[in-house]
Amino acid sequence: MTTASADGHGHGDGHHDHPKHLAHHFDTLEQQFESSKLGMWSFLLTEVLFFSGLFVVYATLRANNPEIFSFASNFLNTSLGAINTVVLLISSFTAAMAVRNAQLGETSKLKMNLIITLLCAFGFMGIKYMEYSHKYHSGLLFPGKANAEFAEGETSASLFHPTHPMVPHAGHHDADYLMLKEYTDHMSPAERVHTMETLGRFFGIYFFLTGLHGVHVIIGIIVITWLLKRASTGEFGPDNFTAIDLGALYWHLVDLVWIFLFPLLYLIA
Amino acid sequence: MLAGVLGALLFLTVVTVITGSTYLWGMDLAIAMVIATIKATLVATIFMHLRWDKSFHAFAFIGSVLFVGVFLAYTLTDTGQYQNDIRKYSADRAASSPFAQPLPAPIAGHHGDHAEDGHSDDENHDHDGDGHADH
Repeated sequence: MTTASADGHGHGDGHHDHPKHLAHHFDTLEQQFESSKLGMWSFLLTEVLFFSGLFVVYATLRANNPEIFSFASNFLNTSLGAINTVVLLISSFTAAMAVRNAQLGETSKLKMNLIITLLCAFGFMGIKYMEYSHKYHSGLLFPGKANAEFAEGETSASLFHPTHPMVPHAGHHDADYLMLKEYTDHMSPAERVHTMETLGRFFGIYFFLTGLHGVHVIIGIIVITWLLKRASTGEFGPDNFTAIDLGALYWHLVDLVWIFLFPLLYLIA
Repeated sequence: MLAGVLGALLFLTVVTVITGSTYLWGMDLAIAMVIATIKATLVATIFMHLRWDKSFHAFAFIGSVLFVGVFLAYTLTDTGQYQNDIRKYSADRAASSPFAQPLPAPIAGHHGDHAEDGHSDDENHDHDGDGHADH
């Protein structure tokens, strides 16, 4: 193995006096695996810190406006959120199974579990699309720019815009608006302004948190597709499962974030 | 083993949906976070193999979570003192805000065909009425 670097020119026969999947700069497969794993865990902890900023914004807003947050969660569909939680948990399970399949060299089962994981990821994004489009049509969006220019009679797409809030047409995506109107009708002007501004911030943090999470799901789809492509060549086995292991670790982190997002956004009593 | 963990995670999801929609004497958030933490621990220890992995990985991961706790705690301890300023800011602009008045009723009249409710036309952008509250 020490001679491996000596005949680095050309991939001749003498080149392969080390395990097939061992890169030259590692001594053993074990060392190579542990290095990759340490790198992945380092990445995962930066991911935790990456999300933490948004969680702190959420906590700050909620701690100071608990009753408005409680009201705001009525606009989120708990059933869809719960279904998405189940979908992600199942995909996390199949990702864990895929690691096991790779370790045991069970290529067809590995492919099957990766495909199920992928389908769950697409299902999650499909449900997310339904939720987002409902909010878009109802005007439950972040407020938008206060000094934006509007033509005569034109309004923003958001109910919470500071100068040109959207007003829906009767009978057309107006259920959420009527709930909002009833909630704010009896308030003093200052209280109503504060409530509408805070609701705008709630939807701002909602879209940022779920949006950043959704971006992670999309990246996960790309990673799993790549793993599936590699798995179909049958290259994974007992001495080569690092890629599957690390891909699954990333996918579990996406699941971990959602485990906290679901109760924090959808289940505020 | 893995299937058992999935079963526990699904069970805890049902529990958190039930407790989340029940009044629990102001303990809702604490209970929801305890359940979420149990679920996260199951995922991290079993699905992510931390139980069998090098303890340094668990140390690093838990360390990051602890620092998130520090971040949260320090921010929350002093956020209260700005709330009056924020309220005052809202109050100062209340006169010029459309929200100083009660929200207007939805715009009456026939907008499109209601039979195609739920269609994805951009009805949010093409208001030709003046239903928004500009005072």
